[in-house]
Amino acid sequence: MKKIQIVLLVLIAVSIAVLISFLKASPTYDTVDIAKSKPGKSVSLIAKLDRSQPVEYDYKNPNFLSFTVIDSLGGKVKVVYHNPKPDNLEHSERLVLKGAINGDYFECKEILMKCPSKYKDDKKVIEKSLPTSMLSPASKNAEIKY
Amino acid sequence: MDYSGERLLPGQLGHFFIILSLVASLAATFAYFKATASKNNPEKDSWKRLARISFIIEAISVTAILGLIVYINFNHLFEYQYAYKHTSRSLETKYLMACTWEGQEGSFLLWSFWHCILGLVVIKTSRQWETPVMTIVSLTQVFLATLVAGLYFFGEKVGSNPFVLLRNETAGPLFSRADYLSFIKDGNDLNPLLQNYWMTIHPPVLFLGFASTLFPFAFAFAGLWTKKYGEWTKAALPWALFSAAILGLGVMMGGMWAYESLTFGGYWAWDPVENASMVPWLTLVAGIHTLLIYKHTGRALKPTFLFFIFCFGLILYSTFLTRTGILGDTSVHAFTGEGNSLKIHLLIFMAATLIPALVLFFTNNKYIPSIQQEESSSSREFWMFIGSLVLFLAGIVIIGKTSVPLFNKIFNTNIAAPEDVEFAYNRIQVFVAIVIGALTAIVQYLKYKQTQRKLFWKKIGVPTIIAAVIATLVLGFGNINYNDKGIGFLAAIWVALVAAIYAAIANLLYIWIGMKGKLKLSGASITHFGFALMLVGILISSSKKEVLSHNTSGIFVPLGEGNKITGDPGDNLTLVKGVPMDMGKYMVTYESDSSHAEKPLWYYRIHFKSKDGKDEFTLTPTAFVNYKGNEGLMASPDARHYWDHDVYTYITSLRNPEAAKDTTSFKSKDIKIGDTIFYSAGFMVLEKITSRDSLPKELFGENGALYEAQIKIHSKNNTSYTAMPKLAIAKGNTLPVADTVTSESLVLKLNSVDGNNVQLGVKETESILEYVTLKAYKFPFIRVLWLGVIIMVAGFIISMIRRNELNRSARQAEDLNFSKQQNG
Repeated sequence: MKKIQIVLLVLIAVSIAVLISFLKASPTYDTVDIAKSKPGKSVSLIAKLDRSQPVEYDYKNPNFLSFTVIDSLGGKVKVVYHNPKPDNLEHSERLVLKGAINGDYFECKEILMKCPSKYKDDKKVIEKSLPTSMLSPASKNAEIKY
Repeated sequence: MDYSGERLLPGQLGHFFIILSLVASLAATFAYFKATASKNNPEKDSWKRLARISFIIEAISVTAILGLIVYINFNHLFEYQYAYKHTSRSLETKYLMACTWEGQEGSFLLWSFWHCILGLVVIKTSRQWETPVMTIVSLTQVFLATLVAGLYFFGEKVGSNPFVLLRNETAGPLFSRADYLSFIKDGNDLNPLLQNYWMTIHPPVLFLGFASTLFPFAFAFAGLWTKKYGEWTKAALPWALFSAAILGLGVMMGGMWAYESLTFGGYWAWDPVENASMVPWLTLVAGIHTLLIYKHTGRALKPTFLFFIFCFGLILYSTFLTRTGILGDTSVHAFTGEGNSLKIHLLIFMAATLIPALVLFFTNNKYIPSIQQEESSSSREFWMFIGSLVLFLAGIVIIGKTSVPLFNKIFNTNIAAPEDVEFAYNRIQVFVAIVIGALTAIVQYLKYKQTQRKLFWKKIGVPTIIAAVIATLVLGFGNINYNDKGIGFLAAIWVALVAAIYAAIANLLYIWIGMKGKLKLSGASITHFGFALMLVGILISSSKKEVLSHNTSGIFVPLGEGNKITGDPGDNLTLVKGVPMDMGKYMVTYESDSSHAEKPLWYYRIHFKSKDGKDEFTLTPTAFVNYKGNEGLMASPDARHYWDHDVYTYITSLRNPEAAKDTTSFKSKDIKIGDTIFYSAGFMVLEKITSRDSLPKELFGENGALYEAQIKIHSKNNTSYTAMPKLAIAKGNTLPVADTVTSESLVLKLNSVDGNNVQLGVKETESILEYVTLKAYKFPFIRVLWLGVIIMVAGFIISMIRRNELNRSARQAEDLNFSKQQNG
């Protein structure tokens, strides 16, 4: 076997090993209960904001935010996040939270939000953006019934 | 219904040109195919003539389509969905131009436009290669034309047409009126995050880069097709160099854009869109190196074919990943999906170009020249090939990681993105940087086929010693002590940095040692030098990135409270208007703000003054606030540039205007002179009370009085203030005049005065405060990175010009020989 072929095989083997270890080490999307069963291990939670619980945030301290989330199976957990509150948090439909369970709460490193109006390419958003009222100031004198 | 006010002509012209471009590209593909396949010359020439005419019509059509989109946008023709969706009246000209490529359709057209321009260059310059190469180019043009066709084939909608009317695409009561257009006053605007001059520059360059990767592929394809397995490489080399220059520039421009105006906190986030355009570049660079090996030694021709095929394939695959919405939540700026039809469309596109190429490659495999004898391990080609392989495999690892959401869909797994995405990539790629850095340094000093050991050491000795000295200095005094990720990663960064410095020095000196200072011939060394500088810049700026805005000594957040759990003080600092705050080596003050006349765009003036008083400057980060009903802010950073570092800041949070409604009330305290009252952030002392005499009777009446209390306030951060609340008794009424200490959010009011006893009303409120929360970083040596990019691109261009000249003179020599033979 030629040297170059040996190098080729070794490099390909290394690449495959790297990819597999990456996949192995990657967290999975988990529910609250599963996350609780492995404290300290980083996971991605998919959950919704629990609107019955308060969102704790003081603008004076932009490095502390706390709220509660509930997942589709009804599991609840308190979340702590050490960054300013994302503005659309209260309007979010779905949250993806990266972090790990730490004691009785979820220590969150990153929040990804799925918001109703995130993408303006969405057809519905365009429809919404159209003037709907025929009585907007510019057209008041038009007042035509149809 | 007859709608009033609509201007339908531009759209009708647009539809016409879209059909024309589709037909013309089909005709060009067919005619070029026939011209390539036909054996006799007159037939070949007539097909070629037809093909050329078709392609020129195609080029005119695509240009006309883009021109019409520009016209519609610039004239605010909101009856067209494209203008309504992407533009608004308040946009400046440069952004109106940028709206052209904000949408899917416009960006596909931009890509197609560059294919046309580059295709015309092929027609002009490529002689024998024109017909097979242009067959491929025209075929891709067919697919790009269908992407914007919006036509129905067998009941399936194919592509999305940029000239569709708003009223046909959306429902709404509005459209039941003939005069609906008069109600649409303005469009949806260009996404505010994209309102940046880079949006005008970056996409055209990046798409030129994308378009240019087609040509090395097309030449390789032409080589296989015409069975001239080796000859195509000469013609393809300048194209590949051009492509590497422009694609590299385009990708890094994206990085500059992210650095300057997005709040990634850096220039590179290993975002899918970034990865997807970088990986083809790595593959292309691998291909250029194997092509050079072939040119000099006759080896590595097969990998060259594969690299160029993969490079174009990866461009299409990246389009597939980023345009179809398949990445879902994982990307900050992936386009959203247009549904399944785009996915299928792009898959067919990939299949139709790549499968024939790969089939041709494997069926011709045994005819493609290769050398069986083993190369010497002291030869340049051996190490160059390893370098190419490492580049390519590094790219495959990156794109593999990026494709995880796709694997999840296919194999029904639920693997999430790693907790620290950047580190997940960096920990692997730092080793790639070590290998590539070292190879870049050494391999130029090796000779093709066999290197004499003595000569090699003689030449490389001086650069090695100089690099060793510089690297020692950098490691010794540079404070490269990034140990967030452990000592192992730091060690890897150190080794990579040494390798990168070695590569920079060795290649810079090679211009004199190897090329005798002839810059025109030193394209490779210049490119490598620029690349090595990039590596140095990347390694230092990433590992030495410092957070300046540690919330350690704020008036609001006492030490340690930022993060009760980890003790990390937090990276966000709140600034109260007008109050200097302690931030690392600076005192920073939020001075003032102002807003754009026509948009909800705010400018925040943040003043920095170094504590030693030597340096003072103002940064103006900006933010769109509550843009179009989307509560919240979209921030853009600002940076101060120094030769060796940048100070970089952006707004992370603003006072919530809703929360600012004043609901707190005054608390009354009865005190005497000299008494102390505590409040949440300090204490205050009543120093004295004065009363004024000789008050004007017409205002105060009989028995009028005016008291003034002098109160000294000591805040926790050792700042003191004096407040002077007043109490007027006039015509039987008591009228307190409160005093405010803005920075302490205190309002003080005198309720009553009786000799030395007073009742003081104290209110702590948020509503009087104006504040912003920001993050600030120090990026060292970011300029080295940008300088590296510029030098690298210049190097590629120098090489390209050189290769073009060589090809031209070779051709002239050939022509001369030919005419000699004819005469003789």
